[in-house]
Amino acid sequence: MKMKNLLLATVGVAFASSAAIADDMTIVSWGGAYSASQNNAYHKPYMAKNPGVKIINDESSAEAVAKLRAMNEAGNVTWDVVDVVAADAMRLCDEGLAEVINPDTELAKAPDGTSAADDFGELLVSECFIPQIVYSTTFGYRTDKVSTPPTDICAVFDLQKYPGKRALEKRAINNVEWALLCDGVPKDQVYDVLSTPAGVDQALAKLGTIKDQVVWWSSGSETPQLLADGEVVMGSTYNGRLFALIEEQKQPVAMLWDAQVFDLDGWIIPKGLSPERLARAKDYIMFATDTQRLADQAKYISYGPARKSSAPLVGKHAELGIEMAPHMPTDPENAKNTFLYNYEWWADNRDDLDGKFQAWLAK
Amino acid sequence: MSEATSNGPVLTQDGVPLKTSLAKALRREKLRAFLLIAPLLVFILITFVLPIGDMLWRSVENGIVRDTIPHTIESLADWDPASGETPGEATFAALHVDLLEATKEKTHTRLGSRLNYEISGASSMFRKTGRRVKKMKDENFKEQFIKVDKKWGDIEYWRTIKQFGPRYTGGYFLNALDAESTAGGVSFKPEDERIYLFLFQRTIFLSVSIMLSCLLLGYPIAFLLANLPVKTSNILMILVLLPFWTSLLVRTSAWKVLLQQQGVINDILVWVGLVNDAGRLVMINNQTGTIIAMTHILLPFMILPLFSVMKTISPTYVRAAKSMGANDWTAFWRVYFPQTIPGIGAGSILAFILSIGFYITPELVGGTSGIFISNRIAYHISSSLNWGLAAALGVMLLVMVIALFYVYDKIVGIDNVKLG
Amino acid sequence: MPATDDAFVRFSKVQKSYDGETLVVKDLNLDIAKGEFLTMLGPSGSGKTTCLMMLAGFEPATNGEIYLGDMSINNVPPHKRGIGMVFQNYALFPHMTVAENLAFPLQVRKVAKAEVETKVQRALDMVELGDFGSRRPAQLSGGQQQRVAVARALVFEPDLVLMDEPLGALDKQLREQMQYEIKHIHENLGVTIVYVTHDQTEALTMSDRVAVFNDGVIQQLSSPDHLYEDPQNSFVAQFIGENNKLNGEVIEISNDVCTVKITDGTILRADKMNVDAVGDGTTISLRPERVELDPAVEMDNMLEGKIEELIYLGDHIRVRMNVAGNSGFIAKVRNRGDRRIFAEGEVAKLGWSASDCKALDLVS
Repeated sequence: MKMKNLLLATVGVAFASSAAIADDMTIVSWGGAYSASQNNAYHKPYMAKNPGVKIINDESSAEAVAKLRAMNEAGNVTWDVVDVVAADAMRLCDEGLAEVINPDTELAKAPDGTSAADDFGELLVSECFIPQIVYSTTFGYRTDKVSTPPTDICAVFDLQKYPGKRALEKRAINNVEWALLCDGVPKDQVYDVLSTPAGVDQALAKLGTIKDQVVWWSSGSETPQLLADGEVVMGSTYNGRLFALIEEQKQPVAMLWDAQVFDLDGWIIPKGLSPERLARAKDYIMFATDTQRLADQAKYISYGPARKSSAPLVGKHAELGIEMAPHMPTDPENAKNTFLYNYEWWADNRDDLDGKFQAWLAK
Repeated sequence: MSEATSNGPVLTQDGVPLKTSLAKALRREKLRAFLLIAPLLVFILITFVLPIGDMLWRSVENGIVRDTIPHTIESLADWDPASGETPGEATFAALHVDLLEATKEKTHTRLGSRLNYEISGASSMFRKTGRRVKKMKDENFKEQFIKVDKKWGDIEYWRTIKQFGPRYTGGYFLNALDAESTAGGVSFKPEDERIYLFLFQRTIFLSVSIMLSCLLLGYPIAFLLANLPVKTSNILMILVLLPFWTSLLVRTSAWKVLLQQQGVINDILVWVGLVNDAGRLVMINNQTGTIIAMTHILLPFMILPLFSVMKTISPTYVRAAKSMGANDWTAFWRVYFPQTIPGIGAGSILAFILSIGFYITPELVGGTSGIFISNRIAYHISSSLNWGLAAALGVMLLVMVIALFYVYDKIVGIDNVKLG
Repeated sequence: MPATDDAFVRFSKVQKSYDGETLVVKDLNLDIAKGEFLTMLGPSGSGKTTCLMMLAGFEPATNGEIYLGDMSINNVPPHKRGIGMVFQNYALFPHMTVAENLAFPLQVRKVAKAEVETKVQRALDMVELGDFGSRRPAQLSGGQQQRVAVARALVFEPDLVLMDEPLGALDKQLREQMQYEIKHIHENLGVTIVYVTHDQTEALTMSDRVAVFNDGVIQQLSSPDHLYEDPQNSFVAQFIGENNKLNGEVIEISNDVCTVKITDGTILRADKMNVDAVGDGTTISLRPERVELDPAVEMDNMLEGKIEELIYLGDHIRVRMNVAGNSGFIAKVRNRGDRRIFAEGEVAKLGWSASDCKALDLVS
């Protein structure tokens, strides 16, 4: 009798623990303040709603594409939902490493009944990608190191008026577009010009005028640090990083929103999940990308919600208590002059142009 | 039966050949010895031999084209790019068949990514075409394809598809050598796209600089350590090993704080008056930064072998030299120094090989002039996903190290290396 | 300046301390004549090697002066002293061939190349290694290495050669052979040799004079035969050769002979060495080969002892007896054809003459 109880208990424990493993959901993101905002806005309410599920945070988004490919080749995908930028999502989708999502059936409708496809609109840049936020890559500058506050992106290329070092990202994307804009190319012709070898040379030549005054960054945290240390007078980075630098750390830095480049960050679901895990991942996505949840995330970080219907719901920062709307890249005041980043063009030309850019950089 | 009378094999008392008997007696011992190293053997096989084999394989493997569009490749066999004509209707029909199949598994976009490494635009060409291929009518395929994307009418794309049709390719290696295969045969890429040979060169130059500065700084320290009383030298040894105990990122960030233009060293120099405020030294985000930070990291690898060799050199050698009339410098240079060469060799090889593969530190403190070939390998692994090119670059790095090893063996002799 | 002219090396009031608290060498005064073979003998830690190192210049003297010829060499660095040296483990440079090793002292003296070659060859011939010039030290046997080391110390023709336990690493047979070779080289070349060893046989075999060191002080400085036969104190008596000890009290002193009452009450007569007054405790020292067992005639000192053990050693028989309560008393009986056969357990008479035993300072 005792023996039987013991056996039952053992089986029970074994079952419970295997069930616990099965209920672990690994969500991959960028770490830091960004993961914290997702934790508050999505993970906590989702776990409250589904007591059986335990969300495990992984901070590997920076190398998500390579890791997913490796997992896929090994046949053992351990991630359930992955946060990536739009360009990576397209790459993953092309490589067959991400699930295709049907916005009509697998995403929540807006409160007023607008379909998800319409609510996200043109931000659904890939059929595998569910956008979450709109962020922008833009410039911040040291208010104490400039005589007149810059209002134009071309201040970056104006060493006479704004002497000092600049921080730029160590890759071609965005930099070549800005260079052409400041070399007199109209906004709507930038990619046409860049499609020609002469256009690439033109962009690199423009960048060449400031090359020895540039500190090249590869991680988004570098520019805020360089600005705070006074190593650079201006530098590009993600707008949320600058928000933290200005509003939380109170550094003498201001935003130059001009010609900010919008980009998207969002979710994908990796290919190769078991049916149960896939269903749960889709359930999570449905929950985490509804109108209210996206608006909630903006309480913690200054990135704009990807749904049109979320914009009116954006409120105050959860800790600082300041209105978040004016700090959103999508705020009309900030978005007077924005640049549309062409995903399709970059998917085609990234390998080639990046090779040229790196060769240019190295010499 | 005595040994003198027989010319055959030596036998034991029982008449078994002695060799057989000995082998039998030793078999157990050998088996036990093998069992002892078996875990390591398996470990090395899994973590070292297999990955390297995989890398060699990936650097030439190119099955994706043939697997995704087999019929197209087959029908391209008769097509001659030199004809100046795009392939005929039959090839487009074959492509239609292939793409219909490929879109089911979405392998067409993967092929597009693969071919995009060779020719820009292939990615969108396949993605776009994949979306439309199901709706195509069963006639005039060529016209329909070109209507979807006019690049299908561009002979260069077809040439690339044909060129990468075979299951194995040298294309990745050509790329890694800054070369490409064009209609006119193999040639170097245009000047503004060459980067890898240049980076290989710089990697070697920087690694040698780092190795030399490790040697210059490490030699006196190792000498001191080897000649101090054990108690003192143990404390100093802990200081030497300290860099091992802090995270690489922390150390590297500390160098940033020290070396940047608004950093501690520049602040001190300005305060002392050695440089003026406008002329602050640029010591980071360039080669100087890379050399300083990596010397710090690799110093223990130089000091430890030097120390272990110096420890075994008895002080009486120098005394003997002095007793014979050699002054301090001659005694050092002709008697002490030659005996430390095995340590110098070991330390230099360690420092050099480790630095040749570094990429985190150069990425963080190297700016653009202080980055290594490994940074490009890392980029192709994690960012561009061009693993074939990364593998080819890795193979070249491996070949380079082996070649240097060979040269070292020829000049100094590999048995002249003492690691501990 | 040294007072006498015949001193080639002179230690004058030399003291040495490593830690500033204890003296390793205490007030050393020693003259070494030109062409002399002087051995510094003593147990480890007695200060002999330190003295040698001070002479070579590797250790500075804490106090006092060391003279070489007429000149104080305290401030002369080792490489300018022109002293040849043979080290304990030879210190042959492993990365050089034998010939290169030998050429080294000549090269640093900027000797012309042709002359270097002849001198090296001559030195190699001297130690009978003429064909070994192109070998590496590691390819030579211990004895050969030893010879190379000696040749290297002599090749630049120094006036003074120091040898720091040079034979310590060799086996017994080789050691004896090398002792003679070094002695012959010394005789042929006439160089001054200062030799350090802890092996008394070596010291007795080779030296003109031996300085016995203990506790940082020279206990006795004399020729080998004096050292053995006339030890100045108990330490020397016991350190050099085999020795029987009998403790007692001085009851009478007359001239150079004193009368001693040993612990069991027996009265013995012995040469007076370093005892001062009647009533002092003393240790009588006696060499085992001077003991006569069952003597035919009456001797100065006559006792009885019980034979406890007999050990047959070929040329002599070693007899361990209990004499006057000392059960470690040894007598050596020459193995002559007509010798008397003793048995263990037998009580035998024994005797020795007064001049064969020395009354020394008391040791317990």
